[in-house]
Amino acid sequence: MAEIQLKSLAHSYEKSPTGAHDYALREMNHVWDQGGAYALLGPSGCGKSTLLNIISGLLTPSEGEVLFDGVVVNHLPPQQRNIAQVFQFPVIYDSMTVFDNLAFPLRNMKIAEAKVMSKVHEIAEILELHSVLNKKAKNLSADEKQKVSMGRGLVRDDVSAILFDEPLTVIDPQLKWKLRRKLKQIHEQFNLTMIYVTHDQLEASTFAEKIAVMYGGQIVQFGTPRELFENPNHTFVGYFIGSPGMNLLEVQTTANGVSFDGIEIELSDARKAMLAKVPSKNIKIGIRPEFVHVWDKPSENGYECEVQHVEDLGTYKILTMKLGQQIIKARLDEDHAVPQQKAYISFPEQWLKIYVDEYLIGEELV
Amino acid sequence: MSKVENNKAWWLVLPVFLLVAFSAIIPLMTVVNYSVQDIFDADHAVFVGVEWYREVLLNERLQESLLRQFIFSFTVLAIEIPLGIAIALMMPTKGSMASVSLIVVAIPLLIPGNVVGTIWKIFGRTDVGLLGWGLNQLGIDYNYAANPVDAWVTVVLMDVWHWTPLVALLCYSGLRAIPDAFYQAAAIDRASKWAVFRYIQLPRLRSVLVIGTLLRFMDSFMIYSEPFVLTGGGPGSSTTFLSQTLTKMAIGQFDLGPAAAFSLIYFLIVLLVSWLFFTTISEMDKDK
Repeated sequence: MAEIQLKSLAHSYEKSPTGAHDYALREMNHVWDQGGAYALLGPSGCGKSTLLNIISGLLTPSEGEVLFDGVVVNHLPPQQRNIAQVFQFPVIYDSMTVFDNLAFPLRNMKIAEAKVMSKVHEIAEILELHSVLNKKAKNLSADEKQKVSMGRGLVRDDVSAILFDEPLTVIDPQLKWKLRRKLKQIHEQFNLTMIYVTHDQLEASTFAEKIAVMYGGQIVQFGTPRELFENPNHTFVGYFIGSPGMNLLEVQTTANGVSFDGIEIELSDARKAMLAKVPSKNIKIGIRPEFVHVWDKPSENGYECEVQHVEDLGTYKILTMKLGQQIIKARLDEDHAVPQQKAYISFPEQWLKIYVDEYLIGEELV
Repeated sequence: MSKVENNKAWWLVLPVFLLVAFSAIIPLMTVVNYSVQDIFDADHAVFVGVEWYREVLLNERLQESLLRQFIFSFTVLAIEIPLGIAIALMMPTKGSMASVSLIVVAIPLLIPGNVVGTIWKIFGRTDVGLLGWGLNQLGIDYNYAANPVDAWVTVVLMDVWHWTPLVALLCYSGLRAIPDAFYQAAAIDRASKWAVFRYIQLPRLRSVLVIGTLLRFMDSFMIYSEPFVLTGGGPGSSTTFLSQTLTKMAIGQFDLGPAAAFSLIYFLIVLLVSWLFFTTISEMDKDK
């Protein structure tokens, strides 16, 4: 059982990092609770895999500490941490049968053969690998291979956390959801901490209870899929989560609220007061395409904009519009009237987010 | 409707056919031709059937050198393959030392066979050679020109020196091709160093080792110039290998018939052993 804690952790691949840009991971503090199912979501190169390798011990962090249940494990090699890791490309031992592959970690630990036997059969049962146990592992299909590499983590009684590094990359789409469901099932059955690295938001939100979104070597937000959707804490989260991502507009403050391209958006007094105190000029407003109100006729408080195009995705439509010089996207239900040339939109204030220096502020005022 | 017959494309195969005919089939057939006839001069040849084959197979000198040849090939394989793997495992993978070690290891491969023979001939001499002189100074009675055991050891050592780098380089490239994830997974699975070698590195070296073993078997089985220069086949005939016996027969005594029959047997032995080896290895790979 393990609670994994990261204490002012940072990592640089340079020997003597000179500035923030030399860091693959910027200083972070984070706790993964025992038994949770977590996803680590972010674009390529944001430091997800670096963080994962630090947790598993394949990499020693240049700064800060990793604690398992309060014990510092920084300098313990992976062998001495009770952790399993599944890699992007299935790693199997070619020359062995599936059975021997699954038995490999146990035999390395010099566990009695009778115990190995029962444990391997138990895990093979769960992973539905029973029928191929005596086959050579290299003759399996990609998804079976990935199940074997997962199984090697599960056979060990001492494993308290499993780390997944984009494990479904090489799996056919039809099999992906099947394997994902298997993962969930294993999670419920074994009470393991699972951390799942991916760049696919759908994968992250179906697997995890809580998602950590990484960007530029930092965890910019840690929350449930719903929190990430409704209250993105950082403009990157707004942009990365959701399909399409959040509309983000650069604005200036005015007497009534904020404005861009000569279009003024009124804000509540509390928010105006808050913005007045902000020294930064980097102010953005954001609104999810789902929350933009759209009419096909002029309406009170509606901004007139040009319709650029409509994409019909079957269950909903995405409307792309031009307001001033900015592009605004809105998501319309299938039965919603679709405006031709001109559309009239408004931004409900409770869904309008304000970002200063890319971070969300003033949520408590809404 | 009948299909239009257009077989002109067959002409495109002609150049390849001619090339193979002149480079392989015609010379080989000439040898086959010699092996079944007793030729006196251009106009007088007698068909003798398998007579030359019988003579060759019953010839004691040839039987001895064939046995010697097998012992030699298996000895050098037994040394060069494990040694090559060991060297490859020890070679650095990163930094400037990686290229330096590659060059150093590759040097023996660049030296022609008869030069290698000359080098070792001098190296092993008891009067001026570092090896021979040094051993004698240490009180070991070593003389490759007089003692058959010393001659054997020197020939084997020479071949190991000359050709182990080939195995090492093949294995080195094989090792470099193993993705890091395998080592990482092994670390997480708590594999010992030996287990990593046995279950990751060795299986992944399999294909280069098959090639390396085949190349080394064929090459060592056909070895000629190095022992010829070093010992001249002596002392006595203790280091006379198959190709040297064959050359003596064909060129020295001009026994073209038996030499041709023997060449074909020689060729078939190499083919048979290589085929056996390759089939066994491929068979091991299949699911039972």
